[in-house]
Amino acid sequence: MTKTIQLPLTAESVKQLQAGDVVLLTGRLLTARDAAHKRLISELEAGLQLPIDLKDETIFYVGPAPAKAGRPIGPAGPTTSGRMDPFTLPLLKLGVRGLIGKGYRSDRVKLALIEHQAVYFGAVGGAAALLARQITSAEVVAYADLGTEAIRRLEVEDFPVLVVNDCHGGDAYSAGREEFQKDS
Amino acid sequence: MRQLSVKKIEAAISNLIEESAYKLPADYLEAMRAAEEREASKTGRIMLTTLLDNASYAESEQIPTCQDTGMAIVMLEIGQDVHLIDGNLTDAIHAGVRAGYADLRKSVVSDPLERQNTADNSPAIIHTEIVPGDKVTITLAMKGFGAELMSRMQMFPANAGVERVKEFVIETIELAGPNACPPVIVGVGLGSSFDGVGLLAKKALMRPLGQPSPKPHLAQLEQELLNAINDLGIGPQGFGGTVTALAVHIESYATHIAALPVAVNLNCSAPRRAKIEL
Ligand code: SF4
Repeated sequence: MTKTIQLPLTAESVKQLQAGDVVLLTGRLLTARDAAHKRLISELEAGLQLPIDLKDETIFYVGPAPAKAGRPIGPAGPTTSGRMDPFTLPLLKLGVRGLIGKGYRSDRVKLALIEHQAVYFGAVGGAAALLARQITSAEVVAYADLGTEAIRRLEVEDFPVLVVNDCHGGDAYSAGREEFQKDS
Repeated sequence: MRQLSVKKIEAAISNLIEESAYKLPADYLEAMRAAEEREASKTGRIMLTTLLDNASYAESEQIPTCQDTGMAIVMLEIGQDVHLIDGNLTDAIHAGVRAGYADLRKSVVSDPLERQNTADNSPAIIHTEIVPGDKVTITLAMKGFGAELMSRMQMFPANAGVERVKEFVIETIELAGPNACPPVIVGVGLGSSFDGVGLLAKKALMRPLGQPSPKPHLAQLEQELLNAINDLGIGPQGFGGTVTALAVHIESYATHIAALPVAVNLNCSAPRRAKIEL
C-alpha cells in the first residue's frame, strides 16, 4: 500500500509510518551531505546561530547534478547515509524529523529515531533522473560556496521513498533480508 | 610508424563521458531486464523496474542516470607502433575529462585531506599499458563512489585457499548491503602484488556482463560466488530479494609463493563504462 505524506512531518505523521511502507512525500525539505553536515556541526559546537531552522525538517542526503535549462534541478538521488551518522544526533536534537538517503544507519542513530520520533527513508539509489522529476523547485539557502554540497530548499511532489527505520524500532533492511536469506 | 594526435584522444574521452552519463551499457540493461523477471521479492521487482525506467527516462531526456557521475578512470592500451603527436598525452586526457564533465556534477577534490573541489572533475585516474600493434584502445569508467567506498582488498597468505577467498568476497557484499546501490556487479582480482590486485579487480568490472572468465576454474568460481551472494537475501536496493548481484567477474595474475592477494571492487546501479579503439 502506498501512503501519501505531507512535509513538514509531525510527531503524529511519523508515528503512523512503519518500516517497509512505500510513501509519496509532498511538501518542503532541505538537502545536506558531507560538507554541509560538517559545517553545521562545527557552527553548533562554536555556539553560532545556524543559517537554517531545523525544527520538523526533513533532510535529504543529496548532491544534485547541475540543472539542464528549464529544469529546477539536475538528477538528484540519495547518497550513502552512514557517512552522516556521526553528525545526525545533534540535528535530531534540534528537531529534525525526517532523513532521506540510502544504506545502513548506526545503532545510535536508530535509537535516536525512536527517542526523537523521527524517521529514516530510503530513496532508490541510482534512480536520480526519475527522482528529480518529482522536485518542483530548488533554491540554495545556505553554504552556497559548497557547490553541489550547498544546502538547498526543495519542494517535492509525490516523491517516492520507502520507510527504512521507523520510530518504533522497525528496520526494512533486516526484515527484507530475513525473508529472503537462504541457509547455505 | 603510425601517428595519432592526442587531440583525437582528448575528443574521444570527452564524447565517451557525455554518452555514458546518459546511457547505461546495453549488456547491463539486458541483465537488469532478466533480473526483473526472476526477482522473487515484490519490492525488489519494483526497485528493478524503477531503475530500468530511470535508465530509459535519462536516455530520452539526455540527462545523467545518476547525480553521481563519478570520477573518470581511463585505461589506455597503447600500441608500441604508435607515435603520439600534438602534445602531452596526460594533459590531453585531463582536458578530455574536463570537457566531458562540463555539464555534469563535479565530484573530485584535489587533496584527500584538504578536500578542495577541483570544480572541473579533473584529474582522471590513468592506467597505461604498452601492447603490440599500432592502435590505441581507451576504456573509460565513470566510477560512482557509493560502491567504490564499499570495495575491499586483503593480502592473504599463500595457503589461505579458495574457501578464504570466497568468505572474503561474500563478507564484502554483506558489509556493503544497501550502501553500494545493489544489484551490484562484483569485480574480483586474484594474485599479482598489492598494487596490481586492485587494478585486476577494476579490470574485471570492465568486462561486459554475460561473459564468463575464459579460465574454466575461474568461470566455475564466478558462478559459485554469484549463487552464494544471491542467497544472502540482500536484494535490489537492500530491501530483501533474490538478486543482490548481477554478475561476478574474476581476473587473475601470477603471484608470489608467499601470498594470495584478493581485491573486491563493486559496481552499482550506474555502471558506466565505454570503450573505443583509435
Ligand atoms: S553508488 Fe552508483 S548508483 Fe549509487 S548513488 Fe553512487 S553512482 Fe549512483
